[in-house]
Amino acid sequence: MWRDAMLVAGKDLRIEARSRVATNQVAPFAIVILVLFGFALDPDRGVLGRASAGLFWVAVLLSSLLAVQRSFAVEAGDGAADGLRLSGLDPAGVFLGKAAAVAAQLALLQVVLAIGIVVLYDADLGGPVLLVATCAAATVGLAAAGTVYGVLAAGLKVRETLLPLLLLPVVAPVLLSATRAWEAGMGISVDDGWRWAQLLAVFAVVYVTLGVLAFGALLEES
Amino acid sequence: MSEPAGRAGPERPFERTTLSEPAGRAGPERPFERTTGRERPTPATARSTGGPGTTLLGAAAWLGLATTVVLGWRLPPTREQGPYARLIAIHPPLAWAAYLAFGVCAVASALWLWKRTRAPRWDRLAVSSAETGVVFCALTLVTGSIWGRPTWGVWWTWDARLTSTALLLALFLGYLALRRVAYDPEARARRSAVAALIAVADVPIVHFSVDWWRTLHQGRSLAQISPQSDLDGSYVSVMLLGFCAMTLMYAWLVVHRCQVEAMEEALESEGLDVALEERRAEADVARAGV
Repeated sequence: MWRDAMLVAGKDLRIEARSRVATNQVAPFAIVILVLFGFALDPDRGVLGRASAGLFWVAVLLSSLLAVQRSFAVEAGDGAADGLRLSGLDPAGVFLGKAAAVAAQLALLQVVLAIGIVVLYDADLGGPVLLVATCAAATVGLAAAGTVYGVLAAGLKVRETLLPLLLLPVVAPVLLSATRAWEAGMGISVDDGWRWAQLLAVFAVVYVTLGVLAFGALLEES
Repeated sequence: MSEPAGRAGPERPFERTTLSEPAGRAGPERPFERTTGRERPTPATARSTGGPGTTLLGAAAWLGLATTVVLGWRLPPTREQGPYARLIAIHPPLAWAAYLAFGVCAVASALWLWKRTRAPRWDRLAVSSAETGVVFCALTLVTGSIWGRPTWGVWWTWDARLTSTALLLALFLGYLALRRVAYDPEARARRSAVAALIAVADVPIVHFSVDWWRTLHQGRSLAQISPQSDLDGSYVSVMLLGFCAMTLMYAWLVVHRCQVEAMEEALESEGLDVALEERRAEADVARAGV
């Protein structure tokens, strides 16, 4: 299973590295979101600085939609889905591999966005241990939930519009918890950030488990 | 929803018009299907979704609801909330019905996914229950909002209970949107069953996250049923009546909705055959005329 996961993740990341969709489209899109927030909330740096944690995670969530859609778009063409099914790879491995590839892209994206909020919003990233732990847990959760819903919506004519409706309510707890944890880590609030990080970890475990269990059935028929 | 006598009583409300039933048994025992005289009647041409059992259930549900409303209207106004406290007769029962509906949807989805209990009726029950639950959930938010405006001073507040209920509604709206997409029924059933279970797995996480986030909503309504409660006894009894009435209402709606789903499926699979036969018969008559 792990070997299959590495194979699939390597394949997806190679496709992204060669097609450069993630670097040329998804990352600039995330930066555009940050700039738009700046327009919406006044150039007053006080407001942007205080809201920077929430804005950061909203940008991550919206970009993750693109990453997930992209992850299943590459399986849609050239009979790639049939190839994946015929390859004899363990479905759980395929799930873990695809989720890992999405997670790797999201992690890179978060680095870009973190630099973005420091430069554009004058955010202060103190407490790096909590911030990085939050990122790790939230990224795994987002990638796992996104991959499960990605395959649910894969192959449908309306997948572009259906995926956000399905995925965003499910990952709302991630937005909430990650924002609170980041606010604590950045010294904006005095909340106990580690409690929120724990909740993120629970979310990640639940969705990785669900994905491993359900992906086989969904891949078979899609 | 007229209710002619059906062969299957209320104990088999979901199985009445399954496609596997033998054909050609039109007669007094299956009168809910219109006989066209030429070919065998099909679920696709059935006219009613009910039977005597559902008539009884519906009557009980409406009677219970009417009694709840009348008694609720006559409750004495409270000192703090004035007349608005009377919404307790409706609001918690609506929330209960929504939870019940989503719970039934999750169980039915699990039963469909489990190979040993897989049957089309579980899929039908899941979608019927989810749809009914969405209605109850929306009504919960509306009645709560109507109550919150005079009592809290706002239509909406970012309280834990409100936020998690709104997210629950959004989750199941997504589920219903997934169901609306037209594709192979088997694949649709599988995907939506998984989606329902994922949505349900999210509920406790949503609950904890918004509970830690902030909390303003009062405690559980059922916790008020104790001798020490400061809630008036008449309020408690009307609310309990509301719970019963809303449960019956839910059951009644789901039974009918399941039947509609069965008829839709039958229409999709058999309706075309029937139409083709009718066209051929017409063509034969026309040819004979020539």
